[in-house]
Amino acid sequence: MEFLSDIASLINSTLRISTPLVFAAMAGIFAERSGVIDFSLEGKMLMAAFVAAVGSYYLGNPWLGLLLAIIVCVCLSMLHGFASVTHKGDQVVSCVAINILIIGLTTALAAAWFGQAGLTPTLNEDQRFLEIHLPFADALRDIPFIGTLYSDILSGHYVFVYLAYLSVPLVFWIVFKTSFGLRLRAVGENPSAVDTAGINVFTMRYKALAINGVLIAFAGAHLSTAVNANFFREMSAGRGYLALAAMIFGKWHPKTALIACLLFGFTDALQIRLQGVELPAIGEIPVQLIQALPYILTVVLLAGFVGKAIAPNAIGQPYIKER
Amino acid sequence: MVSPILELTDINKSFGHVHANKNINLKINKGTIHGIIGENGAGKSTLMSIVFGLYQANSGSIKINGKEINLRSPRDSIINGIGMVHQHFMLVENFTVLENIILGFEGETVFGEKLQKAKEDLEKLCQTYNFNIDLDATISDLSVGFRQRVEILKSLYRGAEILILDEPTGVLTPQEVDELFKILRSLKDEGKTIVLITHKLIEIMDLTSEVSVMRQGEMVGHTKTEDTSKEQLAEMMVGRSVLLRVDKKDIKKGETIFKVNNLSVKNDLDVTRVKDVNLEICSGEILGIAGVTGNGQTELLEALSGIRKVESGSIELFGEKISDQNNFLNPRMLKEKGLAHVPEDRQRMGLISDFKAHENLIFGYHDQEPYSKSAILNNKEITEYSNKVMQEYDVRPNSPNLITSNFSGGNQQKIILSRELNENPKVLLVGQPTRGVDIGAIEFIHQRLIDMRDKGAAILLASVELDEILSLSDRIIVMFDGKIVGEKENKNVTDRELGLLMAGVA
Repeated sequence: MEFLSDIASLINSTLRISTPLVFAAMAGIFAERSGVIDFSLEGKMLMAAFVAAVGSYYLGNPWLGLLLAIIVCVCLSMLHGFASVTHKGDQVVSCVAINILIIGLTTALAAAWFGQAGLTPTLNEDQRFLEIHLPFADALRDIPFIGTLYSDILSGHYVFVYLAYLSVPLVFWIVFKTSFGLRLRAVGENPSAVDTAGINVFTMRYKALAINGVLIAFAGAHLSTAVNANFFREMSAGRGYLALAAMIFGKWHPKTALIACLLFGFTDALQIRLQGVELPAIGEIPVQLIQALPYILTVVLLAGFVGKAIAPNAIGQPYIKER
Repeated sequence: MVSPILELTDINKSFGHVHANKNINLKINKGTIHGIIGENGAGKSTLMSIVFGLYQANSGSIKINGKEINLRSPRDSIINGIGMVHQHFMLVENFTVLENIILGFEGETVFGEKLQKAKEDLEKLCQTYNFNIDLDATISDLSVGFRQRVEILKSLYRGAEILILDEPTGVLTPQEVDELFKILRSLKDEGKTIVLITHKLIEIMDLTSEVSVMRQGEMVGHTKTEDTSKEQLAEMMVGRSVLLRVDKKDIKKGETIFKVNNLSVKNDLDVTRVKDVNLEICSGEILGIAGVTGNGQTELLEALSGIRKVESGSIELFGEKISDQNNFLNPRMLKEKGLAHVPEDRQRMGLISDFKAHENLIFGYHDQEPYSKSAILNNKEITEYSNKVMQEYDVRPNSPNLITSNFSGGNQQKIILSRELNENPKVLLVGQPTRGVDIGAIEFIHQRLIDMRDKGAAILLASVELDEILSLSDRIIVMFDGKIVGEKENKNVTDRELGLLMAGVA
């Protein structure tokens, strides 16, 4: 039975750990399907974590913190759009600028407001999201298999975990089953075709970036107001980049991107479990190696196993209408 | 009395310092096929992009059916019954035909009923015009001719009464051109108005009932097609009389100096694009390669000029093997052996567009005397040479310090040609020498190539312009799908015969 509960807890943490990756990958899909590279997922996630933590602390309600984070992230996306869509700047440079800005800004603001560089005060239970226990979770726990599935895997997560996995079919539906999705995909493939169909290319890209901002805010809020009870310096820890890799690995498609996110989440969950564990015949694996596992996996998958990931045709190119 | 369906008055449009359209007036009558002819850069496409709402005019007015309208975006034009088939198709390659056609005119937020109705309507349209298009096919799987039909279908579905076609025949085989013209005539019979933008005189004579001529941003004449001739139109386009046929002496064939044996070449995606090609060229001969774009001509030229690796087979110059799958000489070594190359894509391979003209004029020879001494460029010598050669090749404007991208296509091509011909090469590889080049310059470039031939050079000419192949070549080979599918002496060969070979059906 212990083996089964080990597995259950591993799946449970995989779902939790993958959550910010899923939000960020979905956010990335909107931006990049519209033809705008988004390296700034990392920075925006960090900013969202900071704003959500500060917002909840002052306003006393984590939902208001989330709302603030959404507003700020949409503004950051608009900034990226202003630089790279309207003014046709280099999209990667714009993203790098945003990332660097935010690392400094969050640290400095935390120091100015709370006296501690890069740390916000701990949130109390009213100020943060709590785990949701699904009805009858305790009562059903003892039923074999189904009980474990329901009570130990599905129940007991933060609201963001549920939202993240619900967002995937929603994104799929928007991208592939609506006219907005058709235009979104078209604008990333051949903006001239969209323009000559009488649709404003710039408006389309701004809309995509706005959705991108909303989604990435959820990832940040998850980090600072759900799994943790405060913001700390550089707490996004490369998740934005990892999500970007997952999105590319998933070929800009919500379903496969989800699988990639879960894979990364799983290796991360696994490395936590493996720390300090003696493996038969191998002995204890150095903790640094284990921690590097998700990143090694990223490199290996991207380099070898994915095959050629074909990006949207017009990605990275500002749309220039007149010669 | 026919009333004009489209009337333009005093249209002006500038891009920066370039005045692309100057006080343009144009009347197009309902139910006619109206040609707009002019050289590259004359402002035809700009004018039609204004009518399509893609660009906004700086001043002037546009009337449709006598009513003045303000076209702020293509949407306004489409709603007013204007459709446009662009030179570069405006299709999303990984979308289906259906998706491309409904894009922007979906009629519903979530796909459902309207999509079904669109499909039914389109199937009816296809039947009416005998289009034979599979609505669920992906664009990238369709031939160029079919893609063009999708563009026409798209305009018709969106309710076009006026259909503008910008250089529609540039990428088609003669047979596909016939099909297109058949479609356009039947559209005219239905009462649609067609505007045909072209620089090909023969198309104007074949198809249109009225023609307007543009030159350097101005409208220089309107006439009924039956009242004019090719020569007259050419003169109006260029502003002086032009020789439409190349004067060519009889061939004085020398010995074989360039030979290709069983050559196969792969492209960057590892797909074999040149398959087992054999050819030889004699001194004093022009060998033309005809074929629709993308049938291996590019890769063939690249391999012959030492830019692309040979997969199998070999290349011989003066009986000496210069390339096979193991060894190959780089372009510089080939140059020293007397081989010159005018690449197909002049902006990407022929020139460095951001360099000044004089830098491009000597590039490749810049480290040789007299242009440089002990690794230091001799600017005086270079300027002197540039002035001389730019005069000789009639490069306009004659200013060696101008950035190359500011020259027109024809003048850029002259810069490359002067550089490559300057050393009197024994073998000359030329790709698309007159793509995007105006008639006046074409005449000049053709004459230069003929002169080289008469001086005894072996010339390989790859061109998608059949007229060019037919007027210059002594011998013609046709490429289809990487293979040579036909070889003919250029005597009494017709473009129809070649067209069948180019389409891979003969």
